[in-house]
Amino acid sequence: MNLLEIKNLKMDFGKGANALRAIDDISFTIGAGETVCLVGESGCGKTVTALSIAHLVATPPANYVGGEILLNGQDTLKMSARELQNIRGGVVSYVFQDPGASLNPVFRIGNQIKESLKLHRPEKADDAEVIRLLKLVGIPAPESRIRNYSFEMSGGMQQRVMIAMALASEPKLLVADEPTTALDVTIQAQILDLLRDLKQRLGMAILLITHNLGIVGDMADRVAVMYAGQIVELAPARELLRRPLHPYTKALMNSVPKLRGDTNRLSAIPGNVPRIGNFPPGCRFAPRCPIAKPECSEKIPELLEVEPGRFVRCPFWKTE
Amino acid sequence: METATPISTAEPKLALSPWQLFWQRLKRRKIALFGGAVLIFLYLVAIFAGFISPYDYQRLDRDRFFHPPIWPKLEHFHFVVPRYEQLPGDFVYRAVSGDTQPLHFFVRGDKYKLLGLIPASIHLFGSDGNHPLYLFGTDQFGRDVFSRLIYGSQISLSIGVIGILLSFSFGMIIGGVSGYFAGATDTVIMRVCELIMSIPALYLIISLRATFPPSMTSAQIYAMIIIILSFIGWASMARVIRGMTLSLREQQFVLAARTLGQSHLKIIVRHILPNTFSYVIVAATLNVPYYILGEVVLSFLGVGIQEPSASWGLMLNAAQNTEYMKNYPWLLAPGAAIFVTVLAFNFLGDGLRDAADTKSL
Repeated sequence: MNLLEIKNLKMDFGKGANALRAIDDISFTIGAGETVCLVGESGCGKTVTALSIAHLVATPPANYVGGEILLNGQDTLKMSARELQNIRGGVVSYVFQDPGASLNPVFRIGNQIKESLKLHRPEKADDAEVIRLLKLVGIPAPESRIRNYSFEMSGGMQQRVMIAMALASEPKLLVADEPTTALDVTIQAQILDLLRDLKQRLGMAILLITHNLGIVGDMADRVAVMYAGQIVELAPARELLRRPLHPYTKALMNSVPKLRGDTNRLSAIPGNVPRIGNFPPGCRFAPRCPIAKPECSEKIPELLEVEPGRFVRCPFWKTE
Repeated sequence: METATPISTAEPKLALSPWQLFWQRLKRRKIALFGGAVLIFLYLVAIFAGFISPYDYQRLDRDRFFHPPIWPKLEHFHFVVPRYEQLPGDFVYRAVSGDTQPLHFFVRGDKYKLLGLIPASIHLFGSDGNHPLYLFGTDQFGRDVFSRLIYGSQISLSIGVIGILLSFSFGMIIGGVSGYFAGATDTVIMRVCELIMSIPALYLIISLRATFPPSMTSAQIYAMIIIILSFIGWASMARVIRGMTLSLREQQFVLAARTLGQSHLKIIVRHILPNTFSYVIVAATLNVPYYILGEVVLSFLGVGIQEPSASWGLMLNAAQNTEYMKNYPWLLAPGAAIFVTVLAFNFLGDGLRDAADTKSL
């Protein structure tokens, strides 16, 4: 059994005539100890998908119209508030983009980590355990650091504290939503190394949200590429990076600046991401797609397994 | 040969907590510290009222109605208390020259209970029975105004603090819930707040008073005044906290707390409300005077604290007659006490506000 299994998830913002489909027919799985990357442009639904796992999107305005999210075989969308409180932190923990904003400025960081312990491992809610966790995430001199406030630490340190908080409850799945975006490059590498190391030591699965394809190659076992609320390609990371199949994935990889070669302009995907509620009929990428055919705009293509383990939402993926 | 000096021997400077920073900024505001010192003094006096006041607040001196203030005089490096005798006519007194008695410290006098618990009879100062010491004179029953002022401060000063604690904690919870859940909950709570705030406070006070039975014990009246004033006061607090919560709930640390599985109520109480404390402390300090004045108004109107208990409002009630005011101005002493207290709270509150403003230096 997979740790996480999202099946045909559909979610709207708003109801009735005003409903805007934010997530449309998303399915993917994460096995125990696996790292899956969710890649896509801003606003394509990555974060909303990730937050849905622990039912963290407020309903209303969100409205789940179909599908299920099985975490350890139980549908989180049907859970009671009490069950959700145990799942949150207990099974799935989150780390967000801006660690400075994720820590409450009026509490010492030691107490914030302890709060996580009190909720999920009350028997270990003491300073010793907090110090062990801070050591685990590589914070020097944790004995004195537990008395610091978040604003007294650097961004990288804050993110390590956030990770310690997330790990305090010993989750099976760590959802890291662009954990390095707010950090500078050297710190990014440190945090990613830390995540990889922790994953091996603690055997947890990671769902990593990013729009940096470099991170994908570094971290992921499998990748799901999202566009306008849908998964357009799902594949093992290596194969996807070596040989992208969906025209959007190809275009995305073409847009990565290259160090070699004589191109002096960045190649960009023409057009803009369609706004939610204003999606084109049929394939949502069709208006920007170099290989689009008239029939692309008639019917939304299915996500098909074209090779073992490789799913593509484009019937013309063989076209060069 | 000299040893090389280390590059730095300085202790690593410990980062200051927000409270320490707050205190550092407050220390620079002398007038606020002065206000705070006055308040500490007033509250200490109220706590040790029995010890500091020379007489019991109910003690009647039937020979000395409306006696003017009697102050000790300095003679041969000793304080002495002069004796006054009554002249024919309406409450006219004259000092008898040469007839004085020394002022004593730590003397035995009327029985009282220290802190309301420990029976005691030692007073800070006093004199013998024929040479009474009425620092602020006596009232129409021959009771020592100074002693009643001190005992009255127990009621008047504590009503402010307890009232604020009650109405602010209520207002914070209600405002926090309203802002955190938003939507329909918010609409209902805010309309209720507006309803309460739209009724003129004085009418509300008096009509609320009418809902309580006319005759009550002193303790019941005391509790009633606090309830009435808090009932009026929570709404404005709730509105401000609700506004702050609306912005705080969008902060990522609230989402982070939710991802840990924290319950809504705990998120409100532990994560959102502490972020409003710097405002709340300032607002509370600046609002205490309204509760003190509220008690004064109620007692002045005769629906608050009842005789023979002492409160500043009740004592002023006795001074509302213009003839009394003209002939026995010392009866207005509680007015001066109210003035000093309110001013001290405002000085302190202004300083706290500046100190809580992180942008100020």
